[in-house]
Amino acid sequence: MSSREMPVATPTRLGWAHVCLAQLRRELALARRRGGDWLNPLLFLALVVVLFPLGISPQPARLADVAPGLLWVAALLAMLLSLDALFRTDHADGTLEQMLLAPQPLPLLCLTKVVVHWLLTGVPLALCAPWLGVLLSLPAGAAPVLIGSLLLGSATLSLIGAIGAALTVGLPRGGILLSLLILPLYIPVLIFGAGAVQTALAGGSAAPAMALLGAMLALAVAGAPFAIAGALRISVNG
Amino acid sequence: MNVVLDAHELACERDDRWLFDSLELHLRDGDIVRIEGANGSGKTSLLKLLTGQLVPDAGRIEWHGQPLARAREAFRRSLLFIGHEPGVAAALTAQENLAWSAAMAGVGVSAAAIDDALAGVGLTGFEDVAANQLSAGQRRRIALARLDLVPRPLWILDEPFTAIDRHGVAWLEQRVLSHGEQGGAVIMTTHHTFQANDRVDSLILGATA
Amino acid sequence: MWTFVHKLGSPKWCHALCARLQPGFWIAAGLLLAVGAVWSLAFSPPDYQMGDSYRIIYVHVPAAILAQSVFVGMALASAVFLIWKIKVADMAATVMAPFGAAMTFLGLFTGSLWGVPTWGTWWTWDARLTAMLIQLFLYIGVIALRGAYGRDDQGAKAVAVLTLVGVVNIPIIKYSVVWWNTLHQPATFTLTERPAMPASMWVPLLIMVLGFYSFFIALTLYRLRNEIMRRESRTRWVQALAD
Repeated sequence: MSSREMPVATPTRLGWAHVCLAQLRRELALARRRGGDWLNPLLFLALVVVLFPLGISPQPARLADVAPGLLWVAALLAMLLSLDALFRTDHADGTLEQMLLAPQPLPLLCLTKVVVHWLLTGVPLALCAPWLGVLLSLPAGAAPVLIGSLLLGSATLSLIGAIGAALTVGLPRGGILLSLLILPLYIPVLIFGAGAVQTALAGGSAAPAMALLGAMLALAVAGAPFAIAGALRISVNG
Repeated sequence: MNVVLDAHELACERDDRWLFDSLELHLRDGDIVRIEGANGSGKTSLLKLLTGQLVPDAGRIEWHGQPLARAREAFRRSLLFIGHEPGVAAALTAQENLAWSAAMAGVGVSAAAIDDALAGVGLTGFEDVAANQLSAGQRRRIALARLDLVPRPLWILDEPFTAIDRHGVAWLEQRVLSHGEQGGAVIMTTHHTFQANDRVDSLILGATA
Repeated sequence: MWTFVHKLGSPKWCHALCARLQPGFWIAAGLLLAVGAVWSLAFSPPDYQMGDSYRIIYVHVPAAILAQSVFVGMALASAVFLIWKIKVADMAATVMAPFGAAMTFLGLFTGSLWGVPTWGTWWTWDARLTAMLIQLFLYIGVIALRGAYGRDDQGAKAVAVLTLVGVVNIPIIKYSVVWWNTLHQPATFTLTERPAMPASMWVPLLIMVLGFYSFFIALTLYRLRNEIMRRESRTRWVQALAD
């Protein structure tokens, strides 16, 4: 090691977009290093779906009846399981502290993290759900609405869940507490998500329920990043 | 003047306990301040106050004469903070970690600049090694490479001498002093005694209580 | 006005104020509840459809109203605590939460009790009862989060954020549950959509609601005093009071 002069090159100042891009790149690199972790929610979903015919009955008519709600509940629980880890390592290694002190607005950085979480859990879950629907005799015609409702709904779930993850990240065992805090807030998304698929199956229009899911997502995008940022400040600084 | 940081009549209360009050601190270019105190005397809380992370229960902190809350962005663009946990992700390589750190600071750097900074802290050849394969001291050095990579006038360092070896300590000591000579300012919590101790001012917490 | 708010932030002054207001609210609560109970049980006429079993609304409705009001009260206190860092506001939110949970439980319990003569079952997924059940979980979440942090400043702030997030969600939850209810089974019978009540029925109900409110305020003032004493136990004025 040698004593060095201050660097001569004057560095360029980055805009918000670049900073978010750097955050996105970091999260994706981390996900790559973790290897198959992103598959875990999918496996969980598949296992839960297998449990139900065993627990209820293998009759196609009965299964098809409950399939939309079942798939939605299972996907929601899979999202929930993945949330506890969202900020945990970042909190332990001081990364969050650096984010808090960055000149960029913290809600924007939080939103970037949540987007990656959604891309790696919500989107794969939405795309896999129709295939598992086959196991539950869900008519193929319901697939587009199922995928659409899960894509919209899981984004809201990621945003709301991140608030709970941020509130409990400082606690040694946040897992169960996190579910207690977050599940009541998930209920509206579940109702409209499963409701959209059910109305589509019954021959009605899923548009109103989908519009409400979209409205909830818009509300969550507008509000949740600030709540996440506030909760992280509390968890890191006390 | 690059650094004009003033704390007047500062007081801090945590969980119904007063850690300190009527604390005065005036930091200008070239100042190097060491904060000392027993465990639980409020060193980390003071750093959190000075970085604007906590709001003081009494008193005020000003950056160039403006309240810290109002001058937040300008202040953060002048601040380099290395915390107790240095913000180095174990799963990422040294190169990736520093690229992210620089971006968080709002600074665009080339890969060559990162390699240079890593060479400066003796990590040549470790650029593409994941941090979890490095020792605690080496991980700490990745964080210290920010001192060269992200040029900022004000450094706030929480226990910067932990986990690094004797060479590293000498290098860091030199680096802190030269930062002061070049017109920067440093605040740090440490129990380390500098060789050139007359250059360093001490602030002792818990002495008045 | 501002000096008043500022004074309210002082635990000592607030402690004294609670002591001054408390007796009035206890008396009001006692009178209103006594008058309301006697009137509603003995003098108001039986319902033409449900007979005497409808009288449970004299407990059910006030409890349900309180369950919601208390959460809004907690949210207001939380906002005051986060914005102005007034610790008394957090203490108030702390003591309100268990009472709100108790009222929600009472609302649920009387609701399901009322279900036996009307629906012939202890539980039915009626929109109001479902929303109330979810609200009970929100209360439990708030209480559990505070318990997990213990009594410290960090936990107080975390609970305040959760309470505010919860209060934003309550109307959304309500609306979604109503939507869900109409999707599956059109509501046949709810307490709110009743044909207009005669005055001999709704006046005692109003008295009971006011009585519940007075009881809530009196109990909150009483528990707030204790909470102030406990949290400020290290200060000189509390120690002087104890001597």
